[in-house]
Amino acid sequence: MLKDITLGQFFPGNSAVHRLDPRVKIVLTVAFIVLLFLAQGPVSYALIIAFLAVVIGISRISPKMVLRGLKPILFIVIFTAVLNLFYTPGTYIFQWHFLHISVEGIKLAIFMVLRLMLLIIATSMLTYTTSPIQLTDGLERLLSPLKKLHAPVHELSMMMSIALRFIPTLIEETEKIISAQKARGADFDSGNLIQRAKAMIPILVPLFISAFRRADELATAMECRLYRGDVGRTRMRQLKIARVDVCALLWVAVLFAVVIILKHFGL
Amino acid sequence: MSTILETRGLTHVYGAGTPFERVALDHVDLKIEKGEILGVIGHTGSGKSTLIQHLNGLLQPSEGEVLLDGKSIWDAKGKCSRETRFRVGLVFQYPEYQLFEETIAKDIAYGPTNMKLPQDEIDERVRESMAAVGLAPELADQSPFALSGGQKRRVAIAGVIAMRPDVLVLDEPTAGLDPAGRDEIFELVRSYHKQSGATILIVSHSMEDIAQVADRLLVMNHAKVLFCDTPREVFSHADEIIAAGLDIPMITKVMLELKKRGHDVDTSVYTVAQAMDALRACKRKEAAHEC
Repeated sequence: MLKDITLGQFFPGNSAVHRLDPRVKIVLTVAFIVLLFLAQGPVSYALIIAFLAVVIGISRISPKMVLRGLKPILFIVIFTAVLNLFYTPGTYIFQWHFLHISVEGIKLAIFMVLRLMLLIIATSMLTYTTSPIQLTDGLERLLSPLKKLHAPVHELSMMMSIALRFIPTLIEETEKIISAQKARGADFDSGNLIQRAKAMIPILVPLFISAFRRADELATAMECRLYRGDVGRTRMRQLKIARVDVCALLWVAVLFAVVIILKHFGL
Repeated sequence: MSTILETRGLTHVYGAGTPFERVALDHVDLKIEKGEILGVIGHTGSGKSTLIQHLNGLLQPSEGEVLLDGKSIWDAKGKCSRETRFRVGLVFQYPEYQLFEETIAKDIAYGPTNMKLPQDEIDERVRESMAAVGLAPELADQSPFALSGGQKRRVAIAGVIAMRPDVLVLDEPTAGLDPAGRDEIFELVRSYHKQSGATILIVSHSMEDIAQVADRLLVMNHAKVLFCDTPREVFSHADEIIAAGLDIPMITKVMLELKKRGHDVDTSVYTVAQAMDALRACKRKEAAHEC
């Protein structure tokens, strides 16, 4: 049930995509998102989709899993498509009362849907192939210039690692508590809204208590290992830019250039 | 004796179709007799917890079926009645983490309230189950969070007993308790069994403990049933049990060692009292031999 959520999950592996430096992966993902919004014509989109397909292929993550990650945003996608379809002015080809469909609307709807789906697929490829620790490590290093401005970069990234680390734990915990209360006859699926909200109490109270308990224990464990923040802390895994990283950067740069040129010609 | 719960070809696959696919139960056929205490043992990941969650319909089998009183607990529409949950009471591992109410009495009343029983019946059951787990009646209006770990666990067990299930399933009820707390829980199980006549399943990974209370043992290994028999019969297969990564009781080991050194002793014993008898018998035999 809860375990079916694949968005933000990490699938361990040893492909070239997995081995990329997390900093490079983050930068490339951001670049890819910019690219999505730059691209206008069908040729550019075809190129972008092909590129993403190659990345998925290299990563050896089953396309089925990637598409499953889209499920949670299906509603938003449909909603956007419908809005764009019916409310874009232009050459109308269908009209009924206040509803009208224009050629421009159809085009826009298709592009918006593609854009949203590609956006989610690209960002989930980042989390699918990067472990939470690597991800926050990369983010911390990328943001480290902000430390000069006294921004608590290390603290924030530590908070993020801990939060990411505990998501699966808390999901597991929640499932256990739900099962336990179901075993005592809890009913979450019937009754009106208030009754349903009330039925959540036997889950939320134990969940909060256990979250606080875990936080306490973690704090103690960290203090026992003399954690005192960023100052003087060394790393076990040093991030290094390797040949794969340079290759990946070059590929995306080429794609970027091509899309910009295509945009110039309106393709 | 008649069978109360039965599984036929019960199979469960976790994460089917993902890279994390794992078979947790592989065609398990099992018959649980009315009124017995069945000990369920197995290494971590052998499928014990998955098995017991099928018995009250929390998990739906990937294949096979679960029968309660000869009827499948899943109807044709793929739904499991809540009645099953009340008849097969399941106490999870570390049940103290599921407490949520302001008072102990209210927490224990959660199950009976879900059964939609009249208020006086609920009060009666709360009193009765508090007594059954050895909690003083004056604790009823205290917060469960003020109790010690062992007492919290009793409250959680009482919460399931209060539903008066025909089958009580306890998943590692002694995990994380000290030896005294462990003995207390087993004593509680024994006296509850005597009093109520309910069928009881206890999951454990300690042979030593479970052999003391169980009428029969179910040994799980790699998602399959390795043995399901009386402790005596099970422990006579000491080698296979050790190969499955499980321990055998200390006293059984002593007897095996004696046998290895040339004494003709019964190696299927698992309590000290049985060992005494076996040793006497052996001594008599050896004395007769020497004459």
